[in-house]
Amino acid sequence: MSTLRAIIAELFSLFIDDGALALLVTLLIGLVAAAVKLAVLPPLVGAMLLLAGAIVILADSLRRAANKRRG
Amino acid sequence: MTSLTTITSTVTASFLGSFVEVVEAFTIVLAVGLSRSWRPAFTGTAVALIVLAALVALFGPLLTLIPLHALQFAVGVLLMLFGLRWLRKAILRAAGFIALHDEAKAFAEETELLKRQAADRRADYLAGLAAFKAVLLEGVEVVFIVIAVGAGHGMTLYASFGALAALIAVLAIGLAVHRPLARVPENALKFVVGLMLTSFGVFWIGEGLDAEWPGADLSILGILAVLAVASFVMVRWLRGGALPAGRTAE
Repeated sequence: MSTLRAIIAELFSLFIDDGALALLVTLLIGLVAAAVKLAVLPPLVGAMLLLAGAIVILADSLRRAANKRRG
Repeated sequence: MTSLTTITSTVTASFLGSFVEVVEAFTIVLAVGLSRSWRPAFTGTAVALIVLAALVALFGPLLTLIPLHALQFAVGVLLMLFGLRWLRKAILRAAGFIALHDEAKAFAEETELLKRQAADRRADYLAGLAAFKAVLLEGVEVVFIVIAVGAGHGMTLYASFGALAALIAVLAIGLAVHRPLARVPENALKFVVGLMLTSFGVFWIGEGLDAEWPGADLSILGILAVLAVASFVMVRWLRGGALPAGRTAE
């Protein structure tokens, strides 16, 4: 059973290390997809926004991690 | 669309990503083989490979039932989460905020644990279980990488070749040196794989949303370049901050 738990935990940790980063990226993807599907955004602009947003979210996650480790 | 760019990037991402995972599994199997015996090491490895094959046989065909755009979008989301996680860790390691992964240390820890269990009458079982868990857990990551970088464009076979090449390379080097592959530049590999997987993720989500990428598949390289520049800027930015003396451990 502990092996099964370890496998499930490992699968979960494949995608989530910093919970806030995972949540924000998922929200970003959801918002961009919704905006494209509702024809608010052209698909290519949506994809570009996704790339820019991912970089901003990553930078924010790194800033938080760095501040935490600096104490 | 099957272009040389897509095939090359698919095989490379699969090879590099799988290489890192196989090295980690190899370290544990080697520790079991050298500190206990090769029988539990091979048995645990074989059982794990059978379980992995069964999982692929069970879930692989389900992928063909998902419409291509939905599959590209779903794979893109998972790749972005997976790739950004690797990239974040690689940047923090490159900037000195967390310790580099040390295969020699992992090998020593596993060997020490196996020595402590040597008196246990279930020692062979525990050693085999350690090999089984290592191969299964790292193998699940390899399977995910293969499916994620290959499924979006029907290139799972090419991605499988990349993973197989990684397995052969690690085994060949490992058998030659007969010790953990501690000199593999794991963080550099993870950095590159994180960049590639995140780039694939953005590309697949765009495809799933019907984006007409300029240059079609070549735009993956453009996305990769943007992410790479941003990541290197982030490493420099983090290095520029005051890092407490000796602060490298996670």
